[in-house]
Amino acid sequence: MDKNKYKALVDKHCPKENRLYNGLIAFIVGGLVGVLGQFLVDIYSYLFSIPTKEASTIMIITLVFLGCFLTCLGFFDKMVSFARCGLIIPITGFAHSMMSATLEYKKEGIVTGMGANMFKLAGTVIMCGVVSAYFFGLLRYLIMGG
Amino acid sequence: MTFKYSNVYLNEVSTIAGPYESKGPFGRYYDKVYNDFYCGTKTWEQAECRMLVDSVDMVLYKANKLRNDIDLHISGDLLNQIVSTNYASASIGIPLIGIYSACSTSVLGLIIGSNMVDKDEIRNCLISTSSHTNGAEKQFRQPVEYGGPKRKTSTFTTTGAASFLISTKPSQIKVESATIGRVIDLGITDSMNMGAVMAPSAASTIYDHLTSLKREPNYYDLILTGDLGIYGKRILVDYMKSEYNMELDNYDDTACMIYDLNHQPVFAGGSGPACMPLVFNSYVYKKMLEGKITRVLLVATGALLSPAMVNQKLSIPSISHAISLEVTDDIL
Repeated sequence: MDKNKYKALVDKHCPKENRLYNGLIAFIVGGLVGVLGQFLVDIYSYLFSIPTKEASTIMIITLVFLGCFLTCLGFFDKMVSFARCGLIIPITGFAHSMMSATLEYKKEGIVTGMGANMFKLAGTVIMCGVVSAYFFGLLRYLIMGG
Repeated sequence: MTFKYSNVYLNEVSTIAGPYESKGPFGRYYDKVYNDFYCGTKTWEQAECRMLVDSVDMVLYKANKLRNDIDLHISGDLLNQIVSTNYASASIGIPLIGIYSACSTSVLGLIIGSNMVDKDEIRNCLISTSSHTNGAEKQFRQPVEYGGPKRKTSTFTTTGAASFLISTKPSQIKVESATIGRVIDLGITDSMNMGAVMAPSAASTIYDHLTSLKREPNYYDLILTGDLGIYGKRILVDYMKSEYNMELDNYDDTACMIYDLNHQPVFAGGSGPACMPLVFNSYVYKKMLEGKITRVLLVATGALLSPAMVNQKLSIPSISHAISLEVTDDIL
């Protein structure tokens, strides 16, 4: 049997992922994370009388902490499996990917285990993030003049 | 490549199962069950070694033998450099052949051992294999605590270890014949769909086995494939029909049997080198001793997955080996 014919046979028997349902869940959960973030920004700037910019930094720290903490407690992976991109795309996904890799290698030492493998998944995010930030920054400078 | 044996018998088997397997349908048939993934050790890799040592000790205990009585130990697992086998063997101390054939390790080990026993090169041989779900996830996929979504076609690596003791001493179950498979690659690149990767190699080995021995599929009471999962099983049945024009009647897949697929979070079923031996050594072996099943063809399927090669956009090759076991009345 040739490869194309076999691929058609495989596709016939394998289930399709329900993209609409997955997208909807991700949209709702991701939106709720956004609402939580905005709530934190407002409450921090109100409580500590600080500008929104500083409050949003503290909000990011809070969400990263929550992502790490819940990963360590061992149930954030189940939440991510359910909400998929709703929790992976926000900063919580970044924290989760770093923390899960760190936990995985903690028995292999601080330097050779945790240090070397912490960015196993998150490294890609940083690389893509830095490169795209560079290009979008460039575009913004060219179009809007800074 | 098919062999026929005249003087090889399966004397004893053992099973050590992990937490998920013990909650599966065959939970009460396992010799020993661990309820935590560490099995009293510090890491998952060491836990796998512990289970392997336990399974060897268990089979020796059940067969009333000492480690010194065994001529040769053939063993393999999924981890890099087959570490579980090597470290376990350091404490077991029986002369070792370490093999790697992914999830088809158990049957390959049985074939190598049976060939040597049949030719009287050795009197008895111990074959064992193990896998650990977290150890395998760590090596082949993503960190265990990472919740990235998995597809419905992905399988769940079994946690456990199993051993077989074969020798020239007659017992109720005879190792009758075996077929060594070829590596098949039909261009599947999806490491989340191992059933589709392995189905053609299982089909090819079953076909080779049956045609070289001039048998029909219904010669066997039960044909068991290793770890194709729900969808791989359907693909195999369809592929056998369209490619070789062969209907499989008494066929099942151990990946679909080892877990309660409706209630356990295992997606398309089990996988790993320990999947087929855990099902065979617990439930099917017992049914053979009771005489309810007399002829069984075990077809262990192995996806020869390497994350590096998948990242290089190459497809995943697979291999399957088959061994036929029959109930006899050779016991004197």
